[in-house]
Amino acid sequence: MNTNEQVLQEVVIKFAGDSGDGMQLTGQQFTNNTALLGIDLATFPDFPAEIRAPIGTMAGVSGFQLHFSSNKVYTPGDSCDVLVAMNAAALKANLKGLKKGGKIIVNTDGFDSKNLRLANYPDGVNPIENGSLEGYEVTKIDVTKLTREALKDIAELGTKERDRAKNMFVLGYIYWMYNRDLKSTKDFLQEKFGKKEVILQSNIKVLQAGYNYGDTTETFTTRYTVEKAKLPAGKYRSIMGNQAVTMGLIAASEKSGLPIFLGSYPITPASDILHDLSKHKAFGVKTFQAEDEIAAITSAIGASYGGSLGVTTTSGPGMTLKAEAMGLAVMLEIPLLIINIQRGGPSTGLPTKTEQSDLMQAYYGRNGECPMPIVSASTPSDCFEAVYEACRISVQHMTPVIFLSDGYIANGAEPWKFPQSADLKPIDVKFKKGLDEGEEKYLPYKRDEKLARPWAVPGTPGLEHRIGGLEKQDITGNISYDTDNHQHMVKTRQAKVDKIADYIPLQTIDSGAATGKVLVIGWGSTYGSIKSAVLDLQAEGKSVSHVHLRHIRPFPRNLGDIIKNFDKVIIPEINNGQLVKIIRDHYFVDAIPYNKIMGIPITKTELVDFIGKMC
Amino acid sequence: MSTSTIAPQTLTAKDFVTDQEVRWCPGCGDYSILAQVQKVMPTLNIPKENIVIISGIGCSSRFPYYMNTYGMHSIHGRATAVASGLKASRPELSVWIVSGDGDSLSIGGNHTIHLLRRNFDVNMLVFNNQIYGLTKGQYSPTSEEKKVTKSTPYGSIDHPFNPLALAMGADATFIARSMDRDVKHLQQILIRANQHKGSSFVEIYQNCNIFNDGAFEVFTEKSSKADEALFLEQGKPLVFGATQNKGIKLDGFKPIVVEIGDKYSIDDLWIHDEADFYKAQILVRMFDNPQNADHLPRPFGVFYQTERACYEDVMAMQIEEVITTKGKGDLDKLLRGREVWEIA
Repeated sequence: MNTNEQVLQEVVIKFAGDSGDGMQLTGQQFTNNTALLGIDLATFPDFPAEIRAPIGTMAGVSGFQLHFSSNKVYTPGDSCDVLVAMNAAALKANLKGLKKGGKIIVNTDGFDSKNLRLANYPDGVNPIENGSLEGYEVTKIDVTKLTREALKDIAELGTKERDRAKNMFVLGYIYWMYNRDLKSTKDFLQEKFGKKEVILQSNIKVLQAGYNYGDTTETFTTRYTVEKAKLPAGKYRSIMGNQAVTMGLIAASEKSGLPIFLGSYPITPASDILHDLSKHKAFGVKTFQAEDEIAAITSAIGASYGGSLGVTTTSGPGMTLKAEAMGLAVMLEIPLLIINIQRGGPSTGLPTKTEQSDLMQAYYGRNGECPMPIVSASTPSDCFEAVYEACRISVQHMTPVIFLSDGYIANGAEPWKFPQSADLKPIDVKFKKGLDEGEEKYLPYKRDEKLARPWAVPGTPGLEHRIGGLEKQDITGNISYDTDNHQHMVKTRQAKVDKIADYIPLQTIDSGAATGKVLVIGWGSTYGSIKSAVLDLQAEGKSVSHVHLRHIRPFPRNLGDIIKNFDKVIIPEINNGQLVKIIRDHYFVDAIPYNKIMGIPITKTELVDFIGKMC
Repeated sequence: MSTSTIAPQTLTAKDFVTDQEVRWCPGCGDYSILAQVQKVMPTLNIPKENIVIISGIGCSSRFPYYMNTYGMHSIHGRATAVASGLKASRPELSVWIVSGDGDSLSIGGNHTIHLLRRNFDVNMLVFNNQIYGLTKGQYSPTSEEKKVTKSTPYGSIDHPFNPLALAMGADATFIARSMDRDVKHLQQILIRANQHKGSSFVEIYQNCNIFNDGAFEVFTEKSSKADEALFLEQGKPLVFGATQNKGIKLDGFKPIVVEIGDKYSIDDLWIHDEADFYKAQILVRMFDNPQNADHLPRPFGVFYQTERACYEDVMAMQIEEVITTKGKGDLDKLLRGREVWEIA
């Protein structure tokens, strides 16, 4: 048959199905295949908190959105060009995110009366039969039947096992549609099921069957190609946020000479860092799955006291439990990295959905005057550099540091022009090795020009000393309840954190002029949406610039000066307005918040609307 | 716990005294415990710089400030968790945890049981005074029922913990009890605790003379000690009494007090075996209220000791094994990952 070939600039595709349908894996495979062709991309996995939510229901829908393009990609896309719906609930949940005239590929078997009922369609209503999808380009495939058919000769498999390979059929079909090679997924299957020959062969067979189905039927007459993106020259790999955190930690360990000790308690969406780090024992990494969040952080404090790079990973509720121990680390003035992969709150909230609502907690959420530096990451790959920077600050300034990421960055993927280890700036750390000349007694709270105290670890003769959570006299570290001393110490701990501003880069303007009408300030995972919205507005000739913060405490020294050069400041956040309050407090500027608290990223479109009206 | 012996310069108790003024109430049992620890430390052959004392919060937890070693006065209930991280990352250090009944069994109860099951090679000293002293006199998780305190004016309705039974339940590998007033016994137990490779759980009865004076006096006072305290010795029969005239015999699984004389001889008595897991379960349950008629005496000494792999050793071993089979981690390989593409 004749198929046309068409070259597209960009595509947004969403794979949606029941959480047992393997949509995350399908999406990841298509992502890898896309990345290897040098096409730029961003992903947005979106899945329920329940491991096995009721099958077929709206609550059980799991989705994976991928935006790929031959241009630079900043977001997973506001709306989809293509929706793959494995059942009725998946269609219902995602139809509103599909562009008018978009393509829908449905598994007809997922639209039987039971599935329709579970998706709460009225009796007798089947959206793929009643004309309600007019205006979309619908392709109906009985994926279940075709998968079973493809496996009919493999006698060892039961129906359930056969049906489990459905996602491979879809993947094969999409590979055909986008003119792809199956090799990356075949390699993946080989690695995953290499020892289970039957499972391996059946998956490959179904994958191929899906591809052949596209090739031999006339469901689509056009195949599409997206050319590779014009990214800066270099070597790339695909990276997810939590993966980048792991690598940043290991890199910081290698470049500082400090072994990593991770104390962690499993919590969504941070657990992958624990999983990932525990694979890397070859780097001497020690991972400790503690009995609770408190033991997770306090064990890391113990390890830091012993001279390790103490790290703890968590998400919002765990952060709350760690608050007292963070205060201890502030008093002890020892290095410690607290990684918070934020999720929807309060309380248990929305465990698998994204939010930026722990900024105030990070900033203020401890008893007493308890300042801690805060570093945040803006994209999956940015997690690497941001964590590396957080480690540097922690060990060089003798302070616990909070690193903020969120579920969107943690699970999202993008191409990454990865660095060479030789390019990473070493992190200089000096333990105190003994008494200096003329020094009679070790003074644990004698400070250097950064106001950092010396790091003397147990096992060092002559430096035996005691530290603790009680207020202490400056220099000697002895317990002190003296009124003047307490005031002095509170001010000193604050000054120490403020002083970090002298050791971090000045704030740069991400896009736009240094003066103008509107300045959009963002932090964290809103980067892509703000970036693309601002670029669009600039292209329309609007006077708008974008600043994206990595350092939230302390702010870069020049941030106030940048702000002064604009008439208006807009701060979009996935919370009820948190950075906006801190910026107002610091710079007395009437910053305008834009808030979305729906557990999903802010879209470019809504930002273009909102910001566009202001400039 | 045990520590490899590198011959340090000869130290004395004085070397372990700090310049900090000791601020416990005059007459507090903590003074004796501090003195015994300072006395025992120089005999352990551990370089002073390798000793770390970690405490939580409470009267007992001021301990590190008075010991001229490395030390951390951490937060309430978490000394065990801090010590776990330190020991996991620095197995060569001699780590001592100093805690109280509230710190280790109430707010920190969770970490205590997990420390014991993991069997870190540390020594945990629990100063049990059956009261909250630092907060000025509320009942603790070891206070007896009906106890009248500031927070229980009509008497406590809480059933108390039996700390050693709890340790046994958490699979502790060394379980012992001593008391502040018997300095020789306490010194011996501290030495034994240090010799043990694994988590050593040592309960020390400690008198709070301000808020719970005399809580243990039946065990510590000369007039009653012989009849109320039963001192365990490895391989020896369980005898007690002013003239060593009484003993414990096992009647089935039930310990009973017998008079040594016409009816029973020493040979009828329970012979203490620290390695006997099942008998140790009975021994830790000899926890009668001394006010009750026909109560059993309270045992002191090493109840149980066994060998089990220590967390920090297995942790280090696993890393070595991975490095042996996979080779040392290569950062560039990690950064590159498995699939790379190049853009010219």
